[in-house]
Amino acid sequence: MLELKNLVFEVSDEKGKTVRILDDVSLTVPDGKFYVITGPNGGGKSTLARVIMGLEKPTSGKIIYNGVDITDMDVTEKAKLGIGYAFQQPPRFKGLTVSKMLSLAAGKTLNDKECCTYLAKVGLCSAEYVKRELDSSLSGGEMKRIEIATLMARNPELAIFDEPEAGIDLWSFAMLVETFKNMQKKGGRTTVIISHQERIMTLADEMVVIADGKIKSVGERDEMLPKLMREFSPRCVKTQD
Amino acid sequence: MDKTDRELLTQVAGLHEVPKGAYNIRKNSESAGRNSTANIQIISKEDKPGIDIKIAPGTKNESVHIPVIITETGINEMVYNDFYIGEDSDVLIVAGCGIHNAGDEESRHDGIHRFFVGKNAKVRYVEKHYGDGDGNGKRVMNPATELTMEENSVCEMEMVQIKGVDSTVRTMTADMGKNAKLTVTERLMTHGEQIARSDMVINLNGEGSSAQIVSRSVGKDRSEQVFNPVAVGNNGCRAHIQCDSIIMGDAKIRSIPEIAANHRDAQIVHEAAIGRINGDQLLKLQTLGLTAEEAENVIIDGFLK
Repeated sequence: MLELKNLVFEVSDEKGKTVRILDDVSLTVPDGKFYVITGPNGGGKSTLARVIMGLEKPTSGKIIYNGVDITDMDVTEKAKLGIGYAFQQPPRFKGLTVSKMLSLAAGKTLNDKECCTYLAKVGLCSAEYVKRELDSSLSGGEMKRIEIATLMARNPELAIFDEPEAGIDLWSFAMLVETFKNMQKKGGRTTVIISHQERIMTLADEMVVIADGKIKSVGERDEMLPKLMREFSPRCVKTQD
Repeated sequence: MDKTDRELLTQVAGLHEVPKGAYNIRKNSESAGRNSTANIQIISKEDKPGIDIKIAPGTKNESVHIPVIITETGINEMVYNDFYIGEDSDVLIVAGCGIHNAGDEESRHDGIHRFFVGKNAKVRYVEKHYGDGDGNGKRVMNPATELTMEENSVCEMEMVQIKGVDSTVRTMTADMGKNAKLTVTERLMTHGEQIARSDMVINLNGEGSSAQIVSRSVGKDRSEQVFNPVAVGNNGCRAHIQCDSIIMGDAKIRSIPEIAANHRDAQIVHEAAIGRINGDQLLKLQTLGLTAEEAENVIIDGFLK
């Protein structure tokens, strides 16, 4: 179980003024649940994910994982405890192959067939990808899909995906939704997905809306999703001449 | 062959035993084993140290290993090796030099390799340099390569220096004929107080000739590196020079790719980049459970692979 207690994350802007990105965020994510975090851009969703993984240190507050205070642990320690994170914008590596990255994630050397099994889940079926380097020869969408496959190969107890749909074409997105659906059905792992996509939201057990650094609402999907859809559906705006 | 010899041969030529096919092993300035085959003759030079390697026209899928190892301190040698690669042949040449210096005097291997690549011939050349030993004596290697490529010949050169060479100045010149194709991949890592310099001049003389020069390096500690690859287009040709370096510690790296065109149909491109390991790269690998140090090693190994 993941417990976030009164998390605050602040940075200084160019003029030295303190800006609060996360404002007293408290949330409990029980084991085995499928959570979708949504909300407007700049609301603090990605920062929250990065703070949980240890990529950023919170200014104050606590992160408790399975009863252990992990607030001050570094990324490596958190990864070893079973937390995984798929970057919104994964970095590129000259010379590092897709198969090497998947093997590092899995913690063992994967053969081509095993690599292809993970790649197929994100719509990269061709065996040619296994030997490709994670450099600028891959498109943004390909990098992103390999990033998602990497977290699947790692198969952590708690997997956090930061906007997995960003930069992915429609066909691959459909494949991705199927993959997440299978993950949700299979259960046994806790999944937190930051997403703006209704099709991903429909998979959620629980939904969280974050805006202005605060949790605006938390609840079951059946209760939350219709409310959200009403809120964000297009409205006619009367213009004045 | 003792343990040190075997370690050096493994490092520079990937050899765990006496190689198959043609070979010449040079140890402490003397021949420590040689084998010629029906198609590949290895002959000692009479006027100076070194060998002639003569590959008969049409020789296919054969290899030549010519490793050099130095295990004594204070050796200073200059070797002249000439490779005559016959027309229509397709061969692999594995060279390389390993120095184990446990003493206090400098051990030094300088070599001039001249390649004459015949029409339609294809050659892959792999040269690895390695040094070890805990003496204070320096390990120095200065390889010079002169390449003459005839019409339609193809040459792939892979030059690697990963560890333990205190000082190196490598020079290379290539003269390329019509439709000749050259690929040079250079991989270099320096650490401690090491100094490395690489100068290349590739003359694309023949119409349709093409060259790709890729140099990847990692500079650690207080080491210094200078790269100066030059591509000169003297005919309708294509060339691409790419220098890419990771800088760490207090290292210094200079990268000066240079291109010159003496013909209106010459298309030559260069690019160069020097930078430290990106923080996101380290973090990404740390999210997979690697420590920062393990992540750094994975990044460097991949980069220099």
